[in-house]
Amino acid sequence: MFDDVSALSLARFQFAFTVSFHFIFPAFSIGLASYLAVLEGLWLKTGRDVYLQLFHYWLKIFAIAFGMGVVSGIVMAYQFGSNWSAFSDKASPVIGPLMAYEVLSAFFLESGFLGVMLFGLDRVGKKLHFMATCLVAIGTTISAFWIIAVNSWMQTPQGYAIASNGQFYATDWWLVVFNPSMPYRLAHTLLGAYLTTALVVGAVGAWHLLKDRKLGRAAQPATKIMFAMAMGMVAVTAPLQVLAGHEHGVNTLQHQPAKIAAMEGHYESHDRAAPLILFGIPDDAAQEMRYKLEVPALGSLVLQHDIEAATTGLDKVAPENRAKVAFPFYAFRVMVGLGVLMLLLGGWAAFNAARGRLFDNVWQQRLALGLGPAGFVAVLAGWITTETGRQPFTIFGLLRTAESASPLAAPAVAASLIAFIIVYFFVFGVGTWFIIKLMATEPTPGEPEASDEEAVEVGSLPPEAAIGLQPAE
Amino acid sequence: MAPDPILTLVWAGIIGVAIFIYVVTDGFDLGIGILFPTMAPGAERETAIATIKPVWDANQTWLVLGGGGVFAAFPLAYAILMPAVYAPLIAMLLGLIFRGVAFKYRARTSRIWLWDFAFFAGSTLAAFAQGVILGAVLQGVKVSGRSYAGGWWDWLSPFSLLTGASVVAAYALLGACWLIWRTVGAVQDHAYRMAWRGGGASIAAIAAVSLATPFLSHDYFSRWFETPGIYFSAPVPILLAITGLLFIRALKRRAEVAPFLLAELLFLLAFIGLGISIFPWAVPGQVTIWQAATAGNAQSFMLVGVGLLLPVILGYTAYGYWLFRGKVGAEGYA
Repeated sequence: MFDDVSALSLARFQFAFTVSFHFIFPAFSIGLASYLAVLEGLWLKTGRDVYLQLFHYWLKIFAIAFGMGVVSGIVMAYQFGSNWSAFSDKASPVIGPLMAYEVLSAFFLESGFLGVMLFGLDRVGKKLHFMATCLVAIGTTISAFWIIAVNSWMQTPQGYAIASNGQFYATDWWLVVFNPSMPYRLAHTLLGAYLTTALVVGAVGAWHLLKDRKLGRAAQPATKIMFAMAMGMVAVTAPLQVLAGHEHGVNTLQHQPAKIAAMEGHYESHDRAAPLILFGIPDDAAQEMRYKLEVPALGSLVLQHDIEAATTGLDKVAPENRAKVAFPFYAFRVMVGLGVLMLLLGGWAAFNAARGRLFDNVWQQRLALGLGPAGFVAVLAGWITTETGRQPFTIFGLLRTAESASPLAAPAVAASLIAFIIVYFFVFGVGTWFIIKLMATEPTPGEPEASDEEAVEVGSLPPEAAIGLQPAE
Repeated sequence: MAPDPILTLVWAGIIGVAIFIYVVTDGFDLGIGILFPTMAPGAERETAIATIKPVWDANQTWLVLGGGGVFAAFPLAYAILMPAVYAPLIAMLLGLIFRGVAFKYRARTSRIWLWDFAFFAGSTLAAFAQGVILGAVLQGVKVSGRSYAGGWWDWLSPFSLLTGASVVAAYALLGACWLIWRTVGAVQDHAYRMAWRGGGASIAAIAAVSLATPFLSHDYFSRWFETPGIYFSAPVPILLAITGLLFIRALKRRAEVAPFLLAELLFLLAFIGLGISIFPWAVPGQVTIWQAATAGNAQSFMLVGVGLLLPVILGYTAYGYWLFRGKVGAEGYA
């Protein structure tokens, strides 16, 4: 069945599948943890119950999303060794410590205080509980910092040397961590997470506003507040994200010009005034963009801010070092297209808010609802762009993907891939269903707490219930 | 950038401690999962799961430190062993997925039986796979150059199945003893019964693995039965026997905390025994910890992080346990 598919392609597909599924959850929980900290902070500051309602409402959703992120994340931690053992052996002396720091400074912090955050409000009091929420939020951000440092080093390696046994090792840790693409990628990723969360919160708010209007009833105050907060966040982060994305692109042009050529669909180099290809159908075999729709000279202007600037095409890249253009080319366009829609939503919401009509514009709410999942799609499209665009390397320019894989037979990788696909769609499908069910109920005063719904609290069984625990004999 | 010999020992110790903490903490979480079908649906299961709900996630993180630590500190061992135990490793990960999400999903579904089963099956599969991985590593793997050279079923042997079953028994015992400590009434009575069975199975398992291991290779044999190895190894079985007897006495007296502590001690001794068998191999018979160790500057860079952060982690982990202390479901009765 897999005769014509190599173990390498299966391993690549497996990594793409498991990491894409995994990243959906952190993309949401990084933003949501911070949102929860803001909500609890507002509740402590203002004493308004509506913030506590919203806190409990989103905490239940966070608990499920975070749980899915943790279990799919453990898979990632071990997959480096199971499927990419040659890479692990060679790269570990540089990236291993960064990942160890991620475990020590982030994972323990998150898992240690998650229990307090979910079950401890009655036990530790408001202030300490708020601290736990903040620590979980900080933990998710620290985690992003380290893993982005690892990924960025693999994209733009520096501060390393290669030992006689073939292993990379660090010559300067500062240069390794703060490698050239790291600050840009981190900003772009964190803003992406905030934007993704804001779009989800906004869509849930929009859904209930639209539903309440249809049923002719007044919206809950909590619904209005979350919708307004989300739209404000989109209005601020969407333009920032466009800016960060642009700077990230300029940085990539400087350090990974071959990736930019693939993203832009530039098979040929241009001495000046490179066009901006809006759309086309890439043909790697012919090294040609078919049916292209392009704007003359705009390419040079956008990336180099100079119409006279020359651009490097894939023709300047050795054939064995070229990425397949279709993935980065299409994925990049999906991301940018969704980014434009997000920008539009943020601007429209700001305009409506300025006129005092944020809660009345049905079409803007419909757009907000429609863009609910857009953050996830854009984030994944962005990662597909950057990860397929740096092929055929795992460590850009230094270690080829084909030299990184484990010595495994195709049936082993195929079997585990099938198992992951079945389990992930089932398990995370069910979890997503629970999250959607929670989102479909409007937050109300007396919002149940996560700990109330999640069975028996530690030490909190009422005496009547404990009677059932007496010896049966 | 050669590894530092002393730091290599330090890192072997850190990873040993991380894996041990994982085994004895997530061990009782998984043990409760293994015992789940023996508990009555409703109050009994809810109480059992409530005792671990606030702590299991932090317990599981030690597995990430253990695995991530081998990756970071002994990359060559990680690169050889992970493909060697591919199938049980994937099985463990899938088991942990079901176990982990079952905590959340049970509370949100009308099909609670389905996620109770997932909790049981995921916990049991993860425990069994961890035992198989242990056995597969102990029995040795084929190596060529810097990579694994065997097939993807090499891990399967009577010995690895024995270690798999042993870990299931051991975790069940830890789960039962934890419940004795943290519950009252019918749940506790049931836990005592399970502790008897789990204790018997664990002692039998430790004996069987201890007898089988020295015959896997002459190297193991000489450490256990020939001088000078025997001077170091002989106290271990003696202490194990004493601990086993104390454990039986504690169960008979219906002590509440002692069975848990003695069970943990039992596994500490078994763990030390394994250490005596393996040291200083990272891949038994093939690669020593010094050959597998990462660059010296990576060892020291990470050690700074461990020195600064591990005490803090232990501090807030202890705080978490203290916060959720006491008998569960026992308010007004304790």
